[in-house]
Amino acid sequence: MNQHTIKRFEDELNELKDKVLAMGGLVEKATKRSMNSLIKQDAKRAHKVIERDHAINAMEIEIDEMSRTILALRQPAASDLRFVMTTIKVVTDLERMGDLAENIAENMLKTEEHPLTQVSSLQSLADLVLDQLKEALDAFAKGDMAEAMICIESDNKVHAKYKSMQREYLTYMMEDPRQITAGLIASDIARSLERIGDHAVNIAEMVVYMVKGHEVRHVDHDTAAALIGGELQDKT
Amino acid sequence: MNSDTTTHNETKISIRDLKLWYGDFEALHGIDLDILSGKVTAFIGPSGCGKSTFLRTMNRMNDRIPSCRVEGQILLEGQDIYAPEVDVVQLRTHVGMVFQKPNPFPKSIYENIAYAPRIHGLVSDGPDMDELVETSLKKASIWNEVKDKLQQSGTALSGGQQQRLCIARTIAVKPDVILMDEPCSALDPIATAKIEELMDELKQEFTIVIVTHNMQQAARVSDYTAYFYLGDLIEYADTHTIFTAPKHQKTEDYITGRFG
Amino acid sequence: MNNGTEMNNASDMHKGTEMNNIALDSTVETKSASFMNTHKSPRQLKRERADKRFHWYGFTAIAMALAFLVFFFIDIIGQALPAFDKTEVQVTINYTQAATKNYNKAVDKSVRRIVSRAWLRSIPQYLQAHPEMIGSSHVEWVPADSRVDQFIKEHDGHGLKSKYQRTVKKMQQENRVRSVFNTTLFTRGDSKLPEYAGIWAAAVGSVFTLLITMLVAVPIGVMTAIYLEEFAADNRFTRLIEVNINNLAAIPSILYGLLGLAIFISFFGVPRSSALAGGLTLALMTLPVIIITTRASLRAVPESIREAAYGLGASNLQTAWHHVLPLAMPGILTGSIIGLAQAMGETAPLIIVGMMAYIPDAPTSILDATTVLPAQVYTWSTESLRGYSERTAAGILVLLTVLLSLNALAVKLRNRAQQTW
Repeated sequence: MNQHTIKRFEDELNELKDKVLAMGGLVEKATKRSMNSLIKQDAKRAHKVIERDHAINAMEIEIDEMSRTILALRQPAASDLRFVMTTIKVVTDLERMGDLAENIAENMLKTEEHPLTQVSSLQSLADLVLDQLKEALDAFAKGDMAEAMICIESDNKVHAKYKSMQREYLTYMMEDPRQITAGLIASDIARSLERIGDHAVNIAEMVVYMVKGHEVRHVDHDTAAALIGGELQDKT
Repeated sequence: MNSDTTTHNETKISIRDLKLWYGDFEALHGIDLDILSGKVTAFIGPSGCGKSTFLRTMNRMNDRIPSCRVEGQILLEGQDIYAPEVDVVQLRTHVGMVFQKPNPFPKSIYENIAYAPRIHGLVSDGPDMDELVETSLKKASIWNEVKDKLQQSGTALSGGQQQRLCIARTIAVKPDVILMDEPCSALDPIATAKIEELMDELKQEFTIVIVTHNMQQAARVSDYTAYFYLGDLIEYADTHTIFTAPKHQKTEDYITGRFG
Repeated sequence: MNNGTEMNNASDMHKGTEMNNIALDSTVETKSASFMNTHKSPRQLKRERADKRFHWYGFTAIAMALAFLVFFFIDIIGQALPAFDKTEVQVTINYTQAATKNYNKAVDKSVRRIVSRAWLRSIPQYLQAHPEMIGSSHVEWVPADSRVDQFIKEHDGHGLKSKYQRTVKKMQQENRVRSVFNTTLFTRGDSKLPEYAGIWAAAVGSVFTLLITMLVAVPIGVMTAIYLEEFAADNRFTRLIEVNINNLAAIPSILYGLLGLAIFISFFGVPRSSALAGGLTLALMTLPVIIITTRASLRAVPESIREAAYGLGASNLQTAWHHVLPLAMPGILTGSIIGLAQAMGETAPLIIVGMMAYIPDAPTSILDATTVLPAQVYTWSTESLRGYSERTAAGILVLLTVLLSLNALAVKLRNRAQQTW
């Protein structure tokens, strides 16, 4: 794509994108760190995650402000308009993800009294979700629809995994009532992870809109794939 | 806006393979376009892309340029306006025009409006003419500003008022289509807003085609937008689509300010 | 007018040389950081000097032009003023029977060379008209001879013999000599005697001639211009016509005289020296000027006005007639007036059609032999008698006054035109 005739506008859009990706990096880090603290039973790391959430919140404000300025002063149209709109949406999702990571860290602090027995399945769910987040951010960075579609499609996997884990925790809690608190904590963490995945999917859907202007939110995967399928094939 | 397009899409002017030459220079390379009735259609594009030239073919203002030659068809309600038996004078009462620079006649406001109906014998002088002048000025939302000074010169008004006077003058002959060639390029933002508001009202009664350099204006006032580049029609779609998700890269580049 | 153009040329020339200097001086110099420097750089000083010099050149050019103009006016007015006074002397007139035959008998021998001979000659005619006066004798103020007039005005070369000088001085002491406003200058035609020579006949001739010029040149010129500008297609033929019209405006005016002689007098048999022949000839000469100025003022009407009219469905004729012409009218009038003023001051072509003639009586029709003001001025300027030279100057002054009034009218019309849009 050609450069903008107005160089500063070009610079502003690039800066906005960099900021969103930096914020995404922070969210990724917070999620990883909160899971690490859980696995290694490291309360210090959990505290760090909770402390650093304000940095993510501050970035949300900053990016929102910047997007508003661009809307007001540059009146972006077409792809630029879609990009700025996407940014505003993505930032909200990222901020929620940051809160969810914080929630995981807070739950970790509770596990000192109620140790969890099945940490490995949470870890594998976290890996799936982190992959999704990485795909969504990559898709956003590169404007890559194919990658965004991968992210959206892996949502099924995450959802299935989460459902089976819920059933598993229910079984444990029914077998041993002393495990109920630990089970609820584990269930809450799993839910947080699943919702991080949902937000990643939201981001990916906005990326699809950003790239081609197709709305794939609130439609099933087949319809979405059909909507953008032709254009995906064009690329390959 | 999308729902509009499906409910009401009667074609007012249909252009078929229109080519235009200035001497040996081909300024328009075969344009196909349908202008819909009761809608505002905007032509956008960089300078020299042929959008103004194209607009002027629709009431044959290009006839005045000796080296200008037109090929193809422009059908106004099914009748070819370039057919040999067409009376250009009559055509221009059906397709009126508002120009870039407000150009009221240096006569009284009343005379500015009454002139065209008089020469076409639509209304005779007297109470009928008074009424026509009043309704025309009212439709152009300028009646309240000028009703006490109808005998003053039209050139004494402000730029925005002059342009609305020119619009009133154009609608006095009750045309089907109003062509506007960058009607706000000489006006300040407030005057521009008034004209834009006026266009919104006028489209109830008239089909409006506007050429504009101001993309935001096209976005604000038009229902359909056509993007021209170097004498070609690149993309023609409803304005919403053009400004949020245009199909062609050239349109995209122009809309987002990546041009040249 | 000539002074004006010379002045322009002069200032243009100076401008040219200044431009060259500036171009040659454009050596690169490091820009100083501030434009508020207290010390002027050599470059700035040089620029300021060049500016000053240029102002001075322009001022000198204007001052010189003005000086010439003032000198000319002072000279002409100084020479012309005495012509507006005439000397009268008080004599006893004896309307005897003998005076009806020999007008010399009407006054005493001593004053026979003091009073105007032209007046003396008119006595028999007067007595024929008023026979009841015969036998009476009156003391009256009568016009003095031109030589007496010049002597009283103390002009060199008055040519009054010394014995008459003594008589006049004596009469002066007796208060029998007075100076009155010279109505003769404005009421009579040319005469072989300066004290009876006036511009009336020439002025009437000028009016007749100009009327014909106006009636012929203005409608034809304006119509031609409108056709060429608003209707004719822009092709090789119209461009050829345009070039030729421009060339015609630059042709020496005497050639129009030859053209007039060949066409109007030889071919159509219009009487020589008549206002009709002169007017038609001047019309030929004025046509290109009117066509060119009319086209220019039509072109000055904004294209947007034409577009507005065409856009409303006005035809070519309606557009030109309703909108373009009214707007161009002040300009057209200005052009026509300037063209006519030029025609009024013209002599060369009129020499050829025979209007440089001795015409004592004002014409009564356009076919009568007539002369015009500038021709009259020229005729007088060739006369040797001292009385004619002041009349020459007076004629020039009258001509100038009329021309300046016409130009002032043209300027006024132009100013009105500027207000309309």
